Amino acid sequence: MTVAAEGSPPLRMAGSRRSPLLQSEAVQGFALISPTFVYALILLVLPILVVIAHSFWTQNYLTIDHTFTLENYRIALTEPIYRDLLWRSLYISLTVSLLTVALAYPVAYFISFHGGRHKSLWLFLITIPFWTSYLLRVMSWKVILGYNGVLNSGLMGLGIIDEPSTALLYNSTAVIITLTHAWATFAILPIFVSLEKVDRTLVEAATDLGDGPLRSFLRVTLPLSAPGAISAALIVMIPTVGDYVTPKLVGGKDGVMIANAIQAQFGKASNWPLGAALSVTTMIIVSLMAGATVLVFRGLQRLAR
Amino acid sequence: MTAIRRFLPGWLSSYAVLYLLFLYLPVIFLPIFSINTAATPKFPLSGVTLHWYEDLPRTPALIDATWNSLIVGVSASILSTVLGILAARSITRYRYPGRRAINGLIMAPLVLPEVIVAISMLLVMLQLGLSLSLFTVVLGHVLVCIPYSMTVLTSGFEGFDRSLEEASADLGESAFGTFRRVTLPMVAPAIISSLLVCFTISLDEFIIAFFLTGTEATLPIYIWGQLRFAAKLPGVLALGTLLLFASFLLMTTAEILRRRAARRTQNEGGLYA
Repeated sequence: MTVAAEGSPPLRMAGSRRSPLLQSEAVQGFALISPTFVYALILLVLPILVVIAHSFWTQNYLTIDHTFTLENYRIALTEPIYRDLLWRSLYISLTVSLLTVALAYPVAYFISFHGGRHKSLWLFLITIPFWTSYLLRVMSWKVILGYNGVLNSGLMGLGIIDEPSTALLYNSTAVIITLTHAWATFAILPIFVSLEKVDRTLVEAATDLGDGPLRSFLRVTLPLSAPGAISAALIVMIPTVGDYVTPKLVGGKDGVMIANAIQAQFGKASNWPLGAALSVTTMIIVSLMAGATVLVFRGLQRLAR
Repeated sequence: MTAIRRFLPGWLSSYAVLYLLFLYLPVIFLPIFSINTAATPKFPLSGVTLHWYEDLPRTPALIDATWNSLIVGVSASILSTVLGILAARSITRYRYPGRRAINGLIMAPLVLPEVIVAISMLLVMLQLGLSLSLFTVVLGHVLVCIPYSMTVLTSGFEGFDRSLEEASADLGESAFGTFRRVTLPMVAPAIISSLLVCFTISLDEFIIAFFLTGTEATLPIYIWGQLRFAAKLPGVLALGTLLLFASFLLMTTAEILRRRAARRTQNEGGLYA
């Protein structure tokens, strides 16, 4: 009981009993993490390398031809269907990530600056919907936006429209709404963390020096919390570009995204190399877009100062 | 100016409440329409019934899917928590070159498009000649659960007072004794919390299971199959409601335990020695 209170006893020389190599911090730490590291190597890095390799091969019915070719990339980048799907996926993921960050920022700000004693309760309330099945959440949006759905019957009940609108479901807007909802928690948390790190005395100093609330927010709080907003945008952008369930359930014909095409290549169409090339292309383009987003945000951050 | 400052929090708090409503809105409709007598989900409700719930236990495919999900969930949560413990302990306690890079790699599945993660694993498994089964689903789920397990465990392990372990060793306890009587009781809540989080994720995970399973369906795959039939919707909503409450219970317990773990290691560490 009292051991901790008395403070820790002076450290003995740790290496005295065992060999210095085994005692070395680096070796111990690395040995401890290696099972998890190896797991990630085998089930993440190796598979991605295999996908990259496949993207340079071709398929003849059931056999894979291992001759190097760029044909799959030519198809992925120039065939109108894949080009359109890629553009649409990028447009949707960019819109969703910017929208999610813009909508989530004030909430994160409110919790951080005005949450008071209830900060953790607010955070918990925000995380709960995220812990319900993704599939079910997408399905609920279908229930809300559908022809006989909640929104249509509600609007008709209020006499705003006479017959159900078909404009709500099965298009890219439905996909954007659903994804913006699905990723909200992922955006709020990083922004909240960076807002928590903002030194409150700096905000006070700005106010003391004559900045109004808006100016001190724009010149102090916003630039200091930008890293959180940037990571929130990326956390939302990268996974949504490859979303499969949402476009499939609420996207209809006009909301199909690249992931649906990739899945088709590994399923019905059975052209693995093309599916692999589409995956690699998606990853590269989304990385470029993520990099561009970071640069734009940094530029804005510098402008604000 | 002071008027704005007084006005702003009011504005912000109503916005925050509205946002919370937006987050909960879709979730609330599941239980509401699951007790509706009509098969189409629209207002006003045509009547209240528990009929859809009563049908659930009489569906053999659903029972099978539930078992499969439980098997996958339990295996995946144990495996990912064990791997998570090793990694989180290494990250929080040791300093070594490449530590951040390795951590980044382990956390990567969190931000990669799931479809791409799933098809890459599928390719490798087919190349290795593994036949697709619940086992391959477990392998995939472990990969996506580890980042969450790491997050929970690192917050539990951080601030862990090393002097407690050293004291125990000095007082003559063996390495294993120290682990069992000092380390374990302090980090146990974080470990249980990680198990619950991983179980919940595995229970709800669809994409990876969809690609990596053979003929056995997990619950989300069963639901996916049912979604094609409009008439089956109320049954799916009833099942969804039950899953919702299960996830809610598991996550609340996990959160309470995680906080207790963080408190133990950070503020009151000495008390539990």
